Amino acid sequence: MNETLVTMELGDIIEETRDFLSEEFEVNRNLILPENSLKDTLDLDSLDYVDLVVLIEENLNIKVTGEDFKDIVTFGDFYKLVQKKLSL
Amino acid sequence: MNHRVVITGIGIYSCLGENLEEVSKSLYAGKSGIVFDQVRKDFGFRSALTGMVQEPDLKPFLSRRQRLGMHQPAIYAYMSTKEAMEMARLDIDFLETTETGIIFGNDSTAASVVEAHDKAREKFDTTLIGSGAIFQNMNSTVNMNLSTIFKLKGINFTLSAACASGSHSIGMGYIMIRQGLQERVICGGAQEINIAAMCSFDGLGTFSVNETDPTKASRPFDRDRDGLVPSGGAATVILESYEAAVKRGATILAEVIGYGFSSNGDHISNPSMDGQVRSLNMALKQADIKVGEVDYINAHATSTPVGDSSEAKAIGEVFGGKVPVSSTKSMTGHECWMAGASEVVYSMLMMQQSFIAPNINFENPDDESAKINIIAKTKEQKIDCFLSNSFGFGGTNSTLIIRKV
Repeated sequence: MNETLVTMELGDIIEETRDFLSEEFEVNRNLILPENSLKDTLDLDSLDYVDLVVLIEENLNIKVTGEDFKDIVTFGDFYKLVQKKLSL
Repeated sequence: MNHRVVITGIGIYSCLGENLEEVSKSLYAGKSGIVFDQVRKDFGFRSALTGMVQEPDLKPFLSRRQRLGMHQPAIYAYMSTKEAMEMARLDIDFLETTETGIIFGNDSTAASVVEAHDKAREKFDTTLIGSGAIFQNMNSTVNMNLSTIFKLKGINFTLSAACASGSHSIGMGYIMIRQGLQERVICGGAQEINIAAMCSFDGLGTFSVNETDPTKASRPFDRDRDGLVPSGGAATVILESYEAAVKRGATILAEVIGYGFSSNGDHISNPSMDGQVRSLNMALKQADIKVGEVDYINAHATSTPVGDSSEAKAIGEVFGGKVPVSSTKSMTGHECWMAGASEVVYSMLMMQQSFIAPNINFENPDDESAKINIIAKTKEQKIDCFLSNSFGFGGTNSTLIIRKV
């Protein structure tokens, strides 16, 4: 577990997530909002979920799998997953 | 019915320049693109010499998804193909609604494979390699990427034939169009320049070690040559049937009139004069021209002692000693999988601008090169018809003959 992240507030993690997702997927950071669709906003195809796993590991140092995304629709759902993984 | 096959677009991204205009100037000036690369020395290369090609930033042109599957071969090939498309006045709207093929020469993707493998080993998790690596790793990387980027609907495969890959790709496109199977084929060759791609070749001891004077190191046909210098980039040649080119009002740059090929069926790395002569004669027969009609030969000559002698003998045997010959590898180094295509592009530029680019560093002939007409200094000369040779490991030989229309 990333010790820095454990000590971070969820709000900080969300901001960091918005940074790396907007940079990698080349989308406007302001569109990455809890109520918006992850798939539609980032324009994800099936291959992109592999890169999401990589990005989360690289930036948040947590392991997720493609399976973890099965029930995720919005960024809010995604933040809940991060929260769960970090046991915040 | 056989169709005439014409060239309507060319593009280049090489150590002589990043576009046709820059490369033309370098060719005319006899400028070398060879440098000393400290990275190679530090890695343990026997020779630190290489043609140096920068990696362009494709962000202004391509989306993230389009870029993810590209490593050096596809990146370079995108640049040369983009330029060739512009020259041929082909755009994606047209390509998406017509049948255009792609047969590109490539024979390695070493660096991307090493990077993916290292990542998996480090993370102990193959998912963390990422989604782009597989499309970088496969030898068909150029075809996969360019056919999806440019929405190509015709024939689509990669041609791997060692250092004759680029030449055979044009030959194969020529056959497809000549037989009426395709109206238009994007051909070319790509070559990565990284250390992963070249370390095993360096290990054979065939590279020049003249590191004190990099621009003098590649010296095809010269008595004092001591080996080749690796290089890379990409070159694109767009072929069309004469009818298709006329129909869409394209400018016809030249016509491919002959493609000869052969296999030595002998040693895996040593050349064979017999195999080369058969390739030359086959191309001449198909072109239905006499040797005196060839105004210029762009030699394969890579600057190795054995290879250049063999080719000089083959040229002497078929053509005698009159036809002007130069090896542009004296300036570029050996562009390997790309060379057969890039050397057609270089020769096309010479034909368009009526000059023969010099075989720089040709100072003293040896016994064989003394018998042919090597052009050591830039020469103003009208070229109506040229021949380009490419020979590769495994004894694969390819010869193309191209003429003004």
